[in-house]
This record gives sequence, structure tokens and C-alpha cells, in this order.
Amino acid sequence: MAIITDAPARPTQAPPGTRRRGNGYAYLLLLPALLPVVLFSVIPLLNGIYLGFTDSRAGFNQTTHVTGFANYAKLLHDSLFWSSFKIGLIWAFGVTFIQFFLALGLASLLNQPLRMRWLARTLALVPWAMPPVIVGIMWRLIYQPDAGLLSNLLYKLGLGEHSVNWLGDLSTALPAVIVVGVWAGMPQTTVVLLAGLQGVPAELHEAAAVDGANAWRRFRSVTLPALRPVIVAITSLDFIWNFNSFGLVYVLTDGGPAGKTTLPMLFAYQQAFQYGHFGYAAALGNAMVLIIVALLAVYLRRRMREATQ
Amino acid sequence: MNTRTRPAVRVLQYLALAGYLIFLGFPLLWMLTTAFKGPKELVELHPSLVPEHPTLDNFVTAFTTQGLAHSAWNSLQVSVAAAVLTVLVSLPAAYALARFRTRLGSVAIGWVLVSQLFPFILLVIPLFLILKQLSLVNTLPGLVLVYVVWSLPFALWMLQGFVRSIPRDLEEAAATDGASRMQTLIRVVVPLLAPGVVATTLFSFVSAWNEFFFALVILQDPEKSTVPLTLARFVGIQGVVRLGPLAAGAFLATLPSLIVFGILQRRLTSGIMAGAVKG
Repeated sequence: MAIITDAPARPTQAPPGTRRRGNGYAYLLLLPALLPVVLFSVIPLLNGIYLGFTDSRAGFNQTTHVTGFANYAKLLHDSLFWSSFKIGLIWAFGVTFIQFFLALGLASLLNQPLRMRWLARTLALVPWAMPPVIVGIMWRLIYQPDAGLLSNLLYKLGLGEHSVNWLGDLSTALPAVIVVGVWAGMPQTTVVLLAGLQGVPAELHEAAAVDGANAWRRFRSVTLPALRPVIVAITSLDFIWNFNSFGLVYVLTDGGPAGKTTLPMLFAYQQAFQYGHFGYAAALGNAMVLIIVALLAVYLRRRMREATQ
Repeated sequence: MNTRTRPAVRVLQYLALAGYLIFLGFPLLWMLTTAFKGPKELVELHPSLVPEHPTLDNFVTAFTTQGLAHSAWNSLQVSVAAAVLTVLVSLPAAYALARFRTRLGSVAIGWVLVSQLFPFILLVIPLFLILKQLSLVNTLPGLVLVYVVWSLPFALWMLQGFVRSIPRDLEEAAATDGASRMQTLIRVVVPLLAPGVVATTLFSFVSAWNEFFFALVILQDPEKSTVPLTLARFVGIQGVVRLGPLAAGAFLATLPSLIVFGILQRRLTSGIMAGAVKG
């Protein structure tokens, strides 16, 4: 059965019939909020895009020259950029993907009349309230080679050595960091999916049940299509947030070991504020925007096509 | 509504729920118990989960020797100033967005969505240069300014939702009773908006309290550090040096936002503020 759903992420519209002649009044009210946003957000952002085409550097008496696409040519030949870009993609896809399936599972459970549901609900919200820095510190305690929770747990279960240096080992660092990313991002995804699940009309389920559909069939043919706009919206947002994430990994590994967890944002931060290459870092930011927009365009187009089939 | 669930399925559901509880809860429990462990227990090769001799020493150490108290004071000043300013500035604008249809309104909402796409690095470099010209780098007011701008879009969006939920009839009734526009706003709208204002203020407070990246770029002087900065320095590049005080400090730093989230929990689960906090 085909259910046609709305296009995703449509901005909410103001209720009709609110247009008035006295719009000057409205502008006056908007001004105090608009002014700081324009001065300290819109203009800097435009300036940041512009800096990506210059050789701007930190320090006094530095003259800035427009260099056109020189930064981008340099980026193309920068192996550190490519490795951070690759790590960024693995991280963003990995975290978004795992997080989505875990959150969908948890949201479905929370939507059932289970005991202890309140505890899971509360626990699922806690990571949201925690500063990313604290989440990083907490997981460093868990990943401690000797005294950490994880090493101990494995040791007590009789699984392997007890001194794996999870965050320091070349092969385990990135997966370990991805697990933390999943943990930290669970709340938003779960809450959004749960809200979506609660919006699925119960009548549809009942009708499908009367038709003899089992739980899995009902999930596939009723729940999932109804949930599709929500899924598209939250996975897109998660992907953007993850690709641009910084604080968590900065505290966990600072990009190490040997650059194995240097996400694009960490690379850009190092370029800008450790080496003072403002122009180059801004160029990297521009490249990231283009990449995100391109990936999202492909993803959204495909989902839209699925929805209208 | 009830489609009956077989017992076997129920058992599986509970097993899965238990798995989630462990994954979500154990890290928190570990941090909490580490904070109460004495120095001997911390270096044991196979520590127990529950401290055998719980102690408050770590909290004392964190506060006295690591400058956490001073950072907490900095954080408090910055977060309160940022939250109050954000709400003051966005309140009139939220009213305008909810009650008038201007082209500016849709532009503002469009901007909120588009700005999500841009990585912080594009914003922070020019912002840093501007703040430098205004001599606001390495000052708490500079950080407040950044936080206000940063949390404005979301505060605006939240508040205009609250304004919309106030029936327009009430305002019209007040107007026919001869109240001026200002009187209507102050006597009718503001009191009804109080819960929304509280929620938005708390939310802006927490985002400022938790923020790390802007603080890292703008504040270089350890004297001016906010709590997340101090704790991150505490970790050091080489590795965790003193687990106990670190865990204690981390636990304390989480408390304010935990309390706020406890207060706001209903709204969070109902999805009104879903997707609010950037990771």
C-alpha cells in the first residue's frame, strides 16, 4: 500500500489573516533582535565566506590579499585535509546511522506500556543536559586503560586483556569516539522519533491488525511511512551537527592518536588558532558547507522521490 | 488501541530496554562513583563500582586547588547575563513574529534554518577579528555578546510559539475595553507569557553554561575561564591526571543543567523543543 506523505521539513506558516497595515510597528519590535543578529552573525558569516578567498593570517600589521581559489588548490593537495575529511565522513555517517537505529528502537520501546519506562525516559534525556566537555571527560574515565569501566568489564567477563588503551590505540580510537558520539546524541533523536511515533494514528494500526497484519508488517506498512518526514528531518539535522561537531572529540582525543580522530572542525581549528591561517581555515569551512549541501541534496531528493512513488 | 503482545515478545522488549538502561546509565553511574572514591581505590587495578570508603575529598580538592570555584563564578556571570539579555531582546521580536506577518519574519526563520548549515569556524574567525577591534577578546562581556547572538534564533523561535498559544481574542477584548496597545501587552500578554519566558531563560542559561567552542577561542586568560574550559584544561593533553577531582568537578558542573532539564522535562518529551541543542 502506498501512503503519500508531506514533503519533509516544511517551515511552519503563520496563521492566515494576520496581515495588518501597521507593519512599521512590527519592524520596530523586531529591531532589537535583528540588529545583533545582523551585526554579529550575518555580517561575520559573509565575511567568513569572503576570508576563504584570501590569505588572511593572525597577528598585527598583516595585510590581507584576495587570492581567489589558491586556498582551494592547496586544500586539494593537502593530505592532512583529505584524511580529516575522510575521518569526518566516517564519523558523521557512523554516528548518524547507529544513532538513528538505536534511537528508533528506544523510541518504539518507550511507546509501549512497559514498566521502568520512566527510568529509560529520564536516562535518555540526561546526555542532552550534559555539556559536551563533561561527556568527553566521563567517557575518558570509562576508556581508561587500566582502571576504566570498559577494561574492567571485559576483564571480569573473561574477555581479553584489561589494559587496552581505547583512545590511544590507532585501531580503536575512532570506533571508541563514535560510540561516545552516539551516546551523546541519543536524546534529541529519540525524543523526535518518539513524538513522531505518538503522532501515528492508532486507527491505522487497528485497521491493519484487523486485516491480519502482524507487528512487523504493521511497522513496515503503517508506522514507517507515517514516520518518514520525521526520519528525513532528524537524520539530516543529525548529519549536519555531527559533521560540524567539535567539543566532544577535542576533549576525548584532541584529534589523536596520530591524527586518527581529527575531524574537519578540529583540523580547521588547529589551522586557524594554532597556526594562525585564518584564510585557509575559512576556505576549509566553505568546502565543508558545499559538501554538506551536496550530500543533503542527494539524500533529500532520493527521499522525496521515494515518498511520491 | 491495544493490540495484544505475546509474552515472548514482551520478554524480548524488556531485555532490550535493560540493554538501553545499561548503555545510557552506566557511564553516569561510573562518573558519580568515581567522584566519591578515595585516592587508594582510584589506582586499584580492578576497582569496584561502588566505593568502599566514600569520601568528599575530591569535591574539596576540585574546588580549592583547581580554581573551579572561580570558573564557576565566571560561568554564572556569563550565563545569567546572556540568558537575561537574550530574552529581553527576543521578547518584542517574538511577539512581532507571532502576531504580524512581515516579510522580515519569514526571512528571519529562513535564516535560522540556513545558519544551521554553516560550520562554526566560518563564524568564529570573523567574530574573533571583530571582537578584537572592539577590545572584547579575552573578556567576559565579549563572550556574553557572542552567546546572546548565538542563542537568539532559538529563543526567538521558542518564544513566538508561546505567544501563538495565547488566544488573540484576549487581546482584542482588552482593546475593546479601551486598553491601549502598551497596556494590553503589559497587563494581558506578559503575565500569560511568564511560563514561556521562564522556560526560554532557563534554556538560554543552560546553552551558555554548557558552551565550549566560543569560550575556547575568545578566552585565553585562565583567570577568565568558564567551567567547561577549566575542566578541559584539567584533562590536559597528556591524559587524565587526577581522576577523583576530575569526576567530582564534572559532576558538579552538570548539576545546573540537570536541574533545569528536570524542570523542563515535560516540554522536552512533548517534542516542543526537539532538536534544540546543537551537539
